[in-house]
Amino acid sequence: MTDIAWIDKALTSARPQAMGALLRYFRNLDTAEEAFQEACLRALKSWPDKGPPRDPAAWLIFVGRNSGIDAIRRGSKQVALPDEEKISDTEDAEADIAERLDGEHYRDDILRLLFVCCHPDLPSTQQIALALRIVSGLSVRQIARAFLVGESAMEQRITRAKARVGAAGIPFETPDAEARAERLAAVSTMIYLIFNEGYSASGEGAAHIRPLCDEATRLARLLLRLFPAEPEIMGLTALMLLQHARSPARFDTEGIIVLLEDQDRGLWNQPMIAEGLSLIDKAMRHRQPGAYQIQAAVAALHARAAKAEDTDWRQIDALYAALERLQPSPVITLNRAVAISKVEGAAAALEMIEPLGERLCGYFHFHGVRGALLLELGRRQEARVAFDRAIALANTAAEAAHIRVHLDRLLKDSGAA
Amino acid sequence: MLYAILCYNDENLTSAWPEEKERETMDRLAAVEGELAAAGRLGPVARLLPTTSATTLRKGAGEHIILDGPFAETKEQLLGFFIVECVDLQEALDAARDLAIANPEGGAYEIRPLAIYKPGDPKK
Repeated sequence: MTDIAWIDKALTSARPQAMGALLRYFRNLDTAEEAFQEACLRALKSWPDKGPPRDPAAWLIFVGRNSGIDAIRRGSKQVALPDEEKISDTEDAEADIAERLDGEHYRDDILRLLFVCCHPDLPSTQQIALALRIVSGLSVRQIARAFLVGESAMEQRITRAKARVGAAGIPFETPDAEARAERLAAVSTMIYLIFNEGYSASGEGAAHIRPLCDEATRLARLLLRLFPAEPEIMGLTALMLLQHARSPARFDTEGIIVLLEDQDRGLWNQPMIAEGLSLIDKAMRHRQPGAYQIQAAVAALHARAAKAEDTDWRQIDALYAALERLQPSPVITLNRAVAISKVEGAAAALEMIEPLGERLCGYFHFHGVRGALLLELGRRQEARVAFDRAIALANTAAEAAHIRVHLDRLLKDSGAA
Repeated sequence: MLYAILCYNDENLTSAWPEEKERETMDRLAAVEGELAAAGRLGPVARLLPTTSATTLRKGAGEHIILDGPFAETKEQLLGFFIVECVDLQEALDAARDLAIANPEGGAYEIRPLAIYKPGDPKK
């Protein structure tokens, strides 16, 4: 059963744990990465014949550590691999290492590995690129394709990010509870950034970017398995699952965005919804509300509505109000206004968002929502101006196309009137 | 006698299966289920959500303790089960072997005879 595809999966799956341990050991990202690469090469040579080791991560850590030490001793000169006989005696040592890999230790290893990627000095795109390279093990070419840049440009970006992280110093002390919570929060943000990078993709090239949603979900599940009682990690995982579940219904055949209320709910991924709902259920029991949990609860209300008109907008309004208190932001108020428009009508919603104009004047969705509300109130001329602004600010072709549908309808109606 | 065939595998690996592989495996398993069902031997079949969605109630003398996650941290997790009527262990092993051919990648099937069986009929 040791085919190459399986080995590939096992290497990917063991990567965060093995890289995390090697980073702790060598205290240098490049050395850890080279050692891990070396261990993977040896795995590819050794596993097909000998069968997979009982604990692939422990095997990779052991072999990677030895090869890294060798490399350092040789002054990083290229030397041929030692023969396979020498590697075979890792089997005994493996059990020993596996026992020492107690949960607490490798939890912090993986968290550290993720955490060094979200250094506050790094712009978010670099954080994501670094995490996808270091933690997920995507190739530079895959990452470059996801960000629609050339391979050499991405290579440079990652090299610069690594240098910055190295210069800033990697925190190796075992974190106390407070530091651990801070790291978890930073890492959660980064994982959600990866998710949104994939989720907001549309048009050409989107096929290469969408898998970032799966990768982010994989990282969130990994984190949740390490910290099974953290309600915000449950919330984050639930939020991504519940949003991702709608992916098959979010674009029409021409790649135009289909609004939530117009989506074919039969296309939604039911197992993902079930998993998301169960996680948000578990999270609520802890009675420690957080931003991800609240957003996941909103997504859960949408997921629970069999038809768009069954949506519990009053509850959604209450949840956004809670989110506003927790983390005031005009974007959240804008979201809340959409709920208000369903509960109290367009006039109340418009009144709520007008004061946001100054802060959100450069925000595509602000003008899109405002245009829709004005249209509902029959203020067609103002609606047109708002939609024009939205199109000018659209980030993607799909966003622009979506607004254009509104505009075309508006023009057609006025032609008929 | 009724047997439970419990499916264990590393959910890290199975949850990373690409969609196509997932579908093909499920199709092959459905074919095995179809044969067992046609012979009148197949009981309920279930696939469980990942262990991250699990909650454990640990029985205590006084208050029970509710914990997030599965009871045991193991490399392979219980991912689902089949209930199958078999005359003896040999027949149960044969059924498990067919399932293993349909779903060959890693993991294990644990074969456990049932002591009590209440199929129930939950309404959604």
